[in-house]
Amino acid sequence: MFTLGGSLLAGLLGSLTGLGGGVVLVPMLVLLFGVDIHYAIGASLISVIATSSGSAAAYVREGYSNIRIGMFLEVATTLGAVGGAWLATRTPTRGIAIVFGLVLLYSVYLSFQRHDDEVVAHNPWCDRLKMNSTFPGPDGNLQQYSVKHISGGFGTMVGAGALSGLLGIGSGAVKVLAMDHIMRIPFKVSTTTSNFMIGVTAAASAGIYLRRGYIDPSLAAPVMIGVLVGSLIGARLLVKSNVKSLRLVFSVVIFFLAIEMIYNGWVGKV
Amino acid sequence: MPRLNDKQVETLIGQVLRYGVLLSSFVTAIGLVLYLARHATAIPNYHIFHSVNASLRSMHQLVPEAFHGNAMAIIQLGVLLLIATPVARVAFLVGSFALEHDRLYVVVSGLVLVILLGSIFFAT
Repeated sequence: MFTLGGSLLAGLLGSLTGLGGGVVLVPMLVLLFGVDIHYAIGASLISVIATSSGSAAAYVREGYSNIRIGMFLEVATTLGAVGGAWLATRTPTRGIAIVFGLVLLYSVYLSFQRHDDEVVAHNPWCDRLKMNSTFPGPDGNLQQYSVKHISGGFGTMVGAGALSGLLGIGSGAVKVLAMDHIMRIPFKVSTTTSNFMIGVTAAASAGIYLRRGYIDPSLAAPVMIGVLVGSLIGARLLVKSNVKSLRLVFSVVIFFLAIEMIYNGWVGKV
Repeated sequence: MPRLNDKQVETLIGQVLRYGVLLSSFVTAIGLVLYLARHATAIPNYHIFHSVNASLRSMHQLVPEAFHGNAMAIIQLGVLLLIATPVARVAFLVGSFALEHDRLYVVVSGLVLVILLGSIFFAT
């Protein structure tokens, strides 16, 4: 019951800050409820698949996501995820906690970055991979876009997948970094495409966690349902109200969670 | 069969994902209610890591267990359905790229599908 309530809150926080449920969930389970980090990660992966797939229908309605770019980069993220899940068994709990805290800090920092859309006009590789598409520009007209640094983006995605497999988070922040900052995909396209990729990436490592017995049903069930309901409420709130100040407060909360994770990892209390 | 455009394909996929999530959360919720009804007072200990019971990790044993009303097995079945949802999405895309005769992306999405299935069935 506590887990259900806590997961609901985590889902709410995750969706309001745009960081995803797992980012709040894992530290909460580990720091507040004293759950072993492996269980926490297993349960979190499940909630990540649920929220990503559950919100996909809404993203489709917006119609900006690029399935070809998504699919191409999913090769990288799923390979990374398998590697990350493999690493998770070989990394000591303390190490995982410290890496988690650092990624958390970085995600908060990224969520406050401004986005400047510089539309890439042309790239021969992009033509070959059929990644060109259009998106509605600020003036409402369809604007043609292309992408650059495909190999750099691909490499960063392997890293994003590995973090997702190691930490049980969607690592949406790193995915958007790869698409938005490196490949220069328009921001709206990269956020919606990233949501699609998160579910597939998490599924790649969740299968491995399941077979290893890291997914405990009595923990996974309340977490999955709690986070799903929480993120749906969060999505409603986002549409209705201006949550800028709320978002700032939550980001501070997440900042302290990150520090707490690093500290506990450092002194070996997890 | 009429050719689907990207937008229609995406809408269909959105539906597949939504119903997958609905179905799996429904199964999981049933399992959770059963579990809470039976173990309402027990406080589980997650602090010490011990791997989950082997019968919950293999599919051959999971399904019959779930139909016998084992709450843990029902939840685990819900979890499996959930993991299957994005896999179904990728499989669906392989098919839709094939219909579009887009060979390059049949290969790309096929590769993702192979990685996914490999990690679920063969990785240890």
